[in-house]
Amino acid sequence: MFIVDRRLNPGSKSLENRQRFLRRAKALVQGAVKKTSEGRDIKDVLEGGEVSIPLDGMHEPRFRREGGTRDRVIPGNKKFVEGDILPRSGEGRGKASEPGEGDGEDDFRFVLSRDEFVDLFLDDLELPDLAKRKLADAESEGLQRAGYSTSGSPANISVSRTVQLAMARRIALRRPRPETIAQLEAELAECHDEARRAELEAEIEAMKAKSRRIPFIDPIDIRFRRFETVPKPVAQAVMFCLMDVSGSMSEHMKDLAKRFYMLLYVFLTRRYRHVEIVFIRHTDRAEEVDEDTFFHGPASGGTMVSSALQAMHDIVRSRFRPSDWNIYAAQASDGDNSISDSAVTGRLLTEMILPVSQFFAYLEVGEAGGGTFDMPDSSLWTLYQRLRADGAPLSMRKVSDRSEIFPVFHDLFQRRRNQEKAAP
Amino acid sequence: MTASTEYLFEGADWDFPKLQRIHDACEEIARTELGLDVYPNQIEIITAEQMLDAYSSAGMPLFYKHWSFGKHFAHHEAFYRKGLRGLAYEIVINSSPCISYLMEENTATMQTLVIAHAAFGHNHFFKNNYLFRQWTDAEGILDYLDFAKTYVAQCEERYGRLAVEVTLDAAHALMSHGIDRYPGKKSLDLRVEEKRAEERRAHEQSMFNDLWRTVPTGPVKSAELLSTERRRKLLGLPQENILYFLEKVAPRLQPWQRELLRIVRHIAQYFYPQSQTKVMNEGTATYVHYRIMTRLHEQGRLSDGNFLEFLQSHTNVVFQPDFDDPRFSDFNPYALGFAMMQDIERIVSNPDDEDREWFPDIAGKGHVMAVLRDIWANYRDESFISQFLSPRLMRSWRMFHLHDDPQETAGIKVDAIHDARGYRRIRRELARQYDVGYLDPNIEVIDVDLAGDRRLMLRHVVVKGAQLNETDARRVLQHLADLWTYDVSLVEVDARDNVLKEYVVSPRALAVAA
Repeated sequence: MFIVDRRLNPGSKSLENRQRFLRRAKALVQGAVKKTSEGRDIKDVLEGGEVSIPLDGMHEPRFRREGGTRDRVIPGNKKFVEGDILPRSGEGRGKASEPGEGDGEDDFRFVLSRDEFVDLFLDDLELPDLAKRKLADAESEGLQRAGYSTSGSPANISVSRTVQLAMARRIALRRPRPETIAQLEAELAECHDEARRAELEAEIEAMKAKSRRIPFIDPIDIRFRRFETVPKPVAQAVMFCLMDVSGSMSEHMKDLAKRFYMLLYVFLTRRYRHVEIVFIRHTDRAEEVDEDTFFHGPASGGTMVSSALQAMHDIVRSRFRPSDWNIYAAQASDGDNSISDSAVTGRLLTEMILPVSQFFAYLEVGEAGGGTFDMPDSSLWTLYQRLRADGAPLSMRKVSDRSEIFPVFHDLFQRRRNQEKAAP
Repeated sequence: MTASTEYLFEGADWDFPKLQRIHDACEEIARTELGLDVYPNQIEIITAEQMLDAYSSAGMPLFYKHWSFGKHFAHHEAFYRKGLRGLAYEIVINSSPCISYLMEENTATMQTLVIAHAAFGHNHFFKNNYLFRQWTDAEGILDYLDFAKTYVAQCEERYGRLAVEVTLDAAHALMSHGIDRYPGKKSLDLRVEEKRAEERRAHEQSMFNDLWRTVPTGPVKSAELLSTERRRKLLGLPQENILYFLEKVAPRLQPWQRELLRIVRHIAQYFYPQSQTKVMNEGTATYVHYRIMTRLHEQGRLSDGNFLEFLQSHTNVVFQPDFDDPRFSDFNPYALGFAMMQDIERIVSNPDDEDREWFPDIAGKGHVMAVLRDIWANYRDESFISQFLSPRLMRSWRMFHLHDDPQETAGIKVDAIHDARGYRRIRRELARQYDVGYLDPNIEVIDVDLAGDRRLMLRHVVVKGAQLNETDARRVLQHLADLWTYDVSLVEVDARDNVLKEYVVSPRALAVAA
């Protein structure tokens, strides 16, 4: 008898089968994922979990029979005698259902892991390429191995390659091996025949001369590891959350903004290795705060959007060099802004912020119940729309209900962007 | 045998030396007292996740890749995670050496139970039952599965994953009709099979010469020359093994597609005996583990506490809910099998007059194990039940027979109950429930219209008015048509040859282009 411990074997043998299944069911699963995520709270929207897809298309058909006369023997008779007629439904429970098959499998339910879920959820989205023109020089350079070269710094000598070439050369040129010489010398020491001695001496001399002529390692053998510089895309991003926290912003509006920020965050974390978040809240003056204060801290005052943009600009200048960081910004506001501030805001945005940002989204949040189409164009909206008309790469949407966040987000990051189309 | 006073183990923990001791103790009882004859055992310890893996590929340790296994895995996993369904304690594979998978979570008692159940009960049954001897090749199955896995992977590399998937989908749909139900000329040897496939491929490659393609072939014999009779004979018609028929005759399949059909067909054939012996197989294993565990306890090698733990899981396994119980689904093969084995034990050792009348051949024969071993070797579920279901068991289980005729508006008729008039009828009906001839629809290839549009004609002989589910039937026929690449028709006829329904399906464009 053998006992084999298989527990340490690599698990997930059926992982590949699972992936095949997901690939095959991709469209269905994706639909299910979208549907599931709508009903969920933002925090666990990307937690993975159970989805159910219609079995159609995933069904494995077999020839199977149904109907007809059935005969069945079952246990547990308590009161029946031969010849009794039992009603078809209800207590008799005569009608036997085919085990295993039937209506139980109309929907196929299974669990997706968090990664699978997020992948499917964000699958048809991609980063906006708004600021590509900036990106060209925003790349840093990295080194990458690129074969061998005959020149280089001593630190980069490739020993194995050098020795390999030297050996090839020695063999090709028939350099005598030290062992051969040692062997002949030993023979010489033993030998007493004069003629043979002279012969051996000559041979040894010739060999020694040859090995002096053919060095063990020659400069032409030496190889250096070669490196090339390749442009590397910046793998870190910073995300600025700008929000108006003046008295006119209700809890509901903040909630909408928060949802949008979180989606953006999850999205960015999947694209960049390192993502930082900066929270800037503003009334008539702006300050950088932590997340909790950002969403829950009380504040009051007027509204000056330019203060937030100025703060963002300062922070970018002091901490996030645009050549090292991909900068994303999302601004949420109910659209109020003091009239006198418009010109400053417009100038700051077009001259300072947009040129260094990859993406700037403006989300105008409305009160619950008010449809987006009822929202009159606010002062900020009008201003941004004018900037956009002048060619500023801005994305803007209006949102008044939780359920609109996902569609809006999807809309903004859709693979085939129709960004420049006028916002609703 | 001297009763050892030492316990095999104490408490719930086990380790490998203990497993070895347990196995040896079980083996001693199995060989000397029960006279079992088993393949060498190989016991493998696996985790819950690996158990799920094994579930999704029909319990086989290595299987080719296909999305449907991923689907089953996802399905099982969802249930398992929610705690709706436990996992089996073991899976055992009909191979030599006989591989039993044991879950690491099992307690020492459970491991003992599982070793007795799988490594001796099932193992003996696999090695001795005539169906397994006739239809399966325990020595070769693992090698063959390995070959199948590699072959499918190679095909995917050469011909693309999609093409392989389409072929396998179609083959799986027809899997239940890829079985030879009657013993052929030679027994199955999977190793030879594997070698043959390799040689054929190598030969093709070495003999390839593009010139042959350009050589004109002789004038084709006109179809009229071949009489219908002769044609049918040449094609081996009628043929109920549809996969076999396609593999040999389908006009436009690539050689690798035929090989894939062959693989699926062989695997279906390998599982064929298992579906016919559920009750017997589980009954044997349960009876064996019960005997071994009881004996271990009598010998003082199993403590009272551990024995109680065993009894508790044993009772769960052989629990049979009544028909009006919400948990009822059908006969529990463990319960029915175990009850019948115990009943036979009683009849052989301590019969009453009724038993003498019903079972004159075995009643009072005295040697329980000899009788049981003979039964285990020579019966399948259907014949086992129709021979050995005793009136006493029917009474104690209070079995009754329902006859449900859709034409009868009044309701379902109780046709027989456990009384003198009903015993034989109940036994006959129950045996029929386990008869593969009734379980699978009887579908045959009857003809091919070679002279005309090459339509493949199938016939389903409807039994007791049960016709095919239309949606499924159309889908399966679609797969069939894709493989055949011409139209396929299926007629459903009743016993008097009246046509009840006719399907005609044309191949999809994708398959034709392929």
